[in-house]
Amino acid sequence: MTLLEFARGPALVVALSVFVIGTLWRLVGVLSRPRLPDHSPAREGAPPNWVGAWRAIVGGMWPKKNFSRAVRFAGINGYVFHIGLALVFFGYAPHIAFVRRLVGLSWPALPDAVMYLAAAATIVSLLIALVVRWTDPVLKLISGADDMITWVVTFLPLFTGMAVIAEPSAVTLARNQVIYGGPLAVHLLSLELLLVWFPFGKLMHAVLFAFSRGATGVRFNHRGVRV
Amino acid sequence: MSVSVTTKPAFDKQGAQGDEARVDAAMRGFVRGFGVTAALHLESCVHCGICAEACHFHVATGEAKYTPVYKLEPFRRAYLREASPFAPLVRALGLVKKLSIAELEQWQELIYDSCTMCGRCTLVCPMGIDIAELVKEARHGMFQAGLVPERLALMDRAARQWGSTATPGEDLSDILAEAAQAHGVEIPCDLPAADILVTAAPAELGEHTKALAAAAKVLNRVGAKWTMHQGGFDAANIGFNNGDLELQERLTRALIDTAVKIGAKTVLLPECGHAYGAARWEAGRWYGRELPVRVIHMTEFLDEMISSGRIRVKKIGETATFHDPCQIVRRGGLEAAARRVLVALGFELIELADHGVTGYCCGGGGGVVSNVRATPLRHKVFEMKKQQVEATGAKRFVTSCGQCRITLEMGAEHAHWDKRTESLLELVADNLDD
Repeated sequence: MTLLEFARGPALVVALSVFVIGTLWRLVGVLSRPRLPDHSPAREGAPPNWVGAWRAIVGGMWPKKNFSRAVRFAGINGYVFHIGLALVFFGYAPHIAFVRRLVGLSWPALPDAVMYLAAAATIVSLLIALVVRWTDPVLKLISGADDMITWVVTFLPLFTGMAVIAEPSAVTLARNQVIYGGPLAVHLLSLELLLVWFPFGKLMHAVLFAFSRGATGVRFNHRGVRV
Repeated sequence: MSVSVTTKPAFDKQGAQGDEARVDAAMRGFVRGFGVTAALHLESCVHCGICAEACHFHVATGEAKYTPVYKLEPFRRAYLREASPFAPLVRALGLVKKLSIAELEQWQELIYDSCTMCGRCTLVCPMGIDIAELVKEARHGMFQAGLVPERLALMDRAARQWGSTATPGEDLSDILAEAAQAHGVEIPCDLPAADILVTAAPAELGEHTKALAAAAKVLNRVGAKWTMHQGGFDAANIGFNNGDLELQERLTRALIDTAVKIGAKTVLLPECGHAYGAARWEAGRWYGRELPVRVIHMTEFLDEMISSGRIRVKKIGETATFHDPCQIVRRGGLEAAARRVLVALGFELIELADHGVTGYCCGGGGGVVSNVRATPLRHKVFEMKKQQVEATGAKRFVTSCGQCRITLEMGAEHAHWDKRTESLLELVADNLDD
């Protein structure tokens, strides 16, 4: 078994299993904690709870007016690497081909040039985030192992992915055979590392953010406060 | 997240428990708070540090330790070890250390002295984590461990004995009689039946009886059938602030049960923020159902009376700015009500740079105003509010919370600032129109 066969076979199965089971375990574990019913009457005229939750989930995508200065750096850098990661993962033609082989779904790809730009911006943004985490007194104080591990497993697929790119994606896909097996295996293994870490660290916020914002939205909506 | 004892100890202890017993008690108190919402919020933090920029204590001092989410560190660790979905793994592999007494002692300052539970951090958090609520939950464990600032513990003991931090119930009628005489207004006490049970904040039963008289003046003007009652009169629930759940329940029940006993349909809360938090939003938890009485804040009452035309007020016709009390506005939803009353009074409202739900706290909420140890820190926060008020150029400075008013008055005295903080209620009472 070659390294690529290992990465595409048993390693992928294990990584996806840990990702799915771990994510469900954590999510169900949290959602099954005891609920304290709120018996206070809602503010007169308050919209239904689901409206409050929805507003908080969507409204949390951008900072409130009075806070926009306070969150300028973290906000802009956050947008860059989140959008960049999404573009690279969902927009790059070989990634779409990978997903199609895996689950049969596909969608139109974005041009390679956009992908290269997005990947570069994401890498720079992640490097800046790392430097700030190491130097900012607040971030230094509140950072732990999870922050470093999460940074590494997020950065590695980007970094190893750049090492695989040697030609336009259309040429790669038309060839229908892998010529850089080693680097591709390493790239795939780095993604699998991310999947394995996902349920255990803060990457899980990709799932939890909606529940967390929604819970606060419900609480404040009940009181007549829009968040 | 690192935990190290780096600051000068600033803690008090109550009771004779040993260190291990205190840690165990804290853990039990923490674990009680790990419901689904708390768990979701503790799981969702990405350590972005943005909450620091919303906290008045961090903004005023620049000190990293005042980062709101850092204040939760013992609570978070207790959660990870005892209640998180991976807790058995965390304990087995020793991934999160058990809390030590030294850490809990160190965190007393962060949980009590430098958090007013104002919730400004909640609004800025991109994950929507309600940090203020989590700090309140964390205080339950600290109280169980006997690790509360002594001044707050003293007030707790008084309230356990008297049902109020200000006075025993049996002295209420004398206090009200004196206030009635001093201000020339009738204040009914211990009536066997009334429509409205009127409650007070502790300061109104001492130095600030004018607020009590102002409430009486408005209530008498509308011809309400109301009373104060020694069975339940102090609405500022010190149990809510301290993390003493047993006391919070007793004080809450005293108000609601007294209202039911006299047939009141409404409990009218004073100009006090935490009274609103404890009674309006949390009273139901002790009854397991919706309350049989309506609980409203004085600001709501004034707004309703003015809007319905039951009272009319004279136009003052000056510029004013308004300090939004956190528990009444950001966590209470009464932003518009106070402004409608100000407009009725004819004020030209000039808003603070940070106002409404994003307004800065006065710095004294959550018991911080009573915690003398926190005074220097509170004064630094006051400077921020002072600058914002001055920047408006408004002639009058108004608020609708007595605790905020006391905090701001103490700050003004320390800073030799001559701007008075005025009560919305007293302004209405002083300007009632025939």
